[in-house]
Amino acid sequence: MARDRPKLARTLTTPEGVTLNLRLASAGARAGAFILDCLLLMGILIGATLLAGAFHMRLGTQMGGIIQIIWLLGAFALRNFFFILGEAGARSATLGKRVVGLRVVARDGGRLTGGAIVARNLMREIEVFLPLMFTAYSAAEGVASKWTAVLGLLWAGIFLFFPLFNRDRLRAGDLIAGTWVIETERRRIGADLLAAEPAAAAPPAFDRAALDAYGEYELHRLEEVLRRDDADAITTVAATIRAKIGHAAAGTGSAGDDRAFLNAYYRALRQHLERRMLMGTRKADKFAG
Amino acid sequence: MADKLAFSAARFRAEREGDWVELEALLDRVEKKGPKRLSEAELIALPRLYRATLSSLSIARETSLDASLVAYLEGLSTRAYFILYAWREAWGRKLAGFFAAGWPRAVRGMAGEIVLAFALFVAAGIAGYALVTSDPAWFAGIVDDGMANGRDMQATPQFLRESLYGAQDVSGLEVFATQLFTHNSQVSILAFALGFAFGVPTMLLIAANGALGGAFFAVYVPHGLGWGLLGWLSIHGTTEIFAIVIAGGAGLHIGRAVAFPGERSRLAAGAEAGRRAALAMIGVVVMLLVAGLLEGFARQIVRTDAGRYAIAATMLALWLAYFTLAGRGRHGTR
Repeated sequence: MARDRPKLARTLTTPEGVTLNLRLASAGARAGAFILDCLLLMGILIGATLLAGAFHMRLGTQMGGIIQIIWLLGAFALRNFFFILGEAGARSATLGKRVVGLRVVARDGGRLTGGAIVARNLMREIEVFLPLMFTAYSAAEGVASKWTAVLGLLWAGIFLFFPLFNRDRLRAGDLIAGTWVIETERRRIGADLLAAEPAAAAPPAFDRAALDAYGEYELHRLEEVLRRDDADAITTVAATIRAKIGHAAAGTGSAGDDRAFLNAYYRALRQHLERRMLMGTRKADKFAG
Repeated sequence: MADKLAFSAARFRAEREGDWVELEALLDRVEKKGPKRLSEAELIALPRLYRATLSSLSIARETSLDASLVAYLEGLSTRAYFILYAWREAWGRKLAGFFAAGWPRAVRGMAGEIVLAFALFVAAGIAGYALVTSDPAWFAGIVDDGMANGRDMQATPQFLRESLYGAQDVSGLEVFATQLFTHNSQVSILAFALGFAFGVPTMLLIAANGALGGAFFAVYVPHGLGWGLLGWLSIHGTTEIFAIVIAGGAGLHIGRAVAFPGERSRLAAGAEAGRRAALAMIGVVVMLLVAGLLEGFARQIVRTDAGRYAIAATMLALWLAYFTLAGRGRHGTR
């Protein structure tokens, strides 16, 4: 059921004693971010190589050595420090992670130290680059027998799919560095549905039984429907609720009518549940007492 | 009664929404431009706004069933938490702390593994030497042709002498040094990363490098060039091999923590070892940069044994003194 604790939900208790709910990044999101970073990396590398080639053509051979050195050092730095520099910033995320909406945090919720960032990124050497180089090298040398290819793939497979084999979606680098990757969803503050639409002049009255039909879970789903404001959904939901609470449809079920009904019911149900909440009794869903 | 409730919910939000919006704006600026751009008043306001938002979240969770409001507060509080508590130092301070204390402390923290890696390296060197001396056919098995570059068991003494003391084409030196540096760094990072598999591949990598050195000695020693080769190797080797041994030790450190975590959980032990080893690895890259310069330039310019030994001994003494003595004070916790 959707109400069960999702598999990727984690909690973090701040020093102030408030528990915050975190959501770990899914393997798909991680892979997406990594592919974005790789594309960017390759783009930079290809661009720099073309630039170096152009300089070489223009300046001739006496500058060749310097260009070669800059290229070598640049490629080295890019391969080893591109990810580290990205994650050392205030957002603790490489560009790919930022686009996807992820950030790296320490598993214990404390400071993300430089050592941790370096550790988790140097491990990428055996996770990605080594099997890649191995495959490329053996293919180029023509020594790629069936078995070396299989072994290389197996190696790459173990580390590449490592995040899928543990419940915290840790890759080998995360394991060594004591980090994990969480989602950073930016939410806008929505309008208060109670304040936004003042009660109709004569609000339809709902009796006690009608208000006890649903719990918080259903209230939140209703809130989603109202915020999305999709005509079909509103019609369906209104019909369902009417049937459940035995509320006779006032009109013939026009869209505006349904919306008004749902608004009124949402207002009544929320105030009913919030009042119970203040008294210390919560009703999680329609099955609860 | 119902309307009063709605009123208080609306008032709760109206009273506090200003704080939330202000906090959000401050966080945006910290993420985009860094904390230095904030004024003093804003820096003081940041933790206050964070706590206010956190308390709003607590209240909203217990009194409001507005899911979107609670989710918004939750997201904002989480974001603020990671900016405030996962705080990191400025780059300059971080670097200074690393060289003053972090690096030598990390190296000292895994002294046992480094000694073990060194012993393995020496043992593999002796084994490589013994194997090639007893049966020259081993040489081809240990050293590949490209690396040997003609310096094999059939090489003439003149050729070998020339390879140690001969003048090289000076124009390509800087590129050569850079290639050495990037190649060695990549191998060291590999040795570190392989430690994850309980350190076994790391040991193999160290042993392979040791055997390589031993095999070369087996080529040079019969021609009376053993000391010459040692000088040729150690002018940069005291730095380079030291660095590779540290990298191997870092790998073993992780491997040991994962295999034998002691009283902590395997994850916790691995994480602590990994962070320490990673600090040492940054140092290894720095050492290899120095080694690359020594190998690329100093070795080609200084072509007497005495000069090479002097530089080698000085570098070794410097590194040992740095790793044993630096960062013993209380300051700089990490």
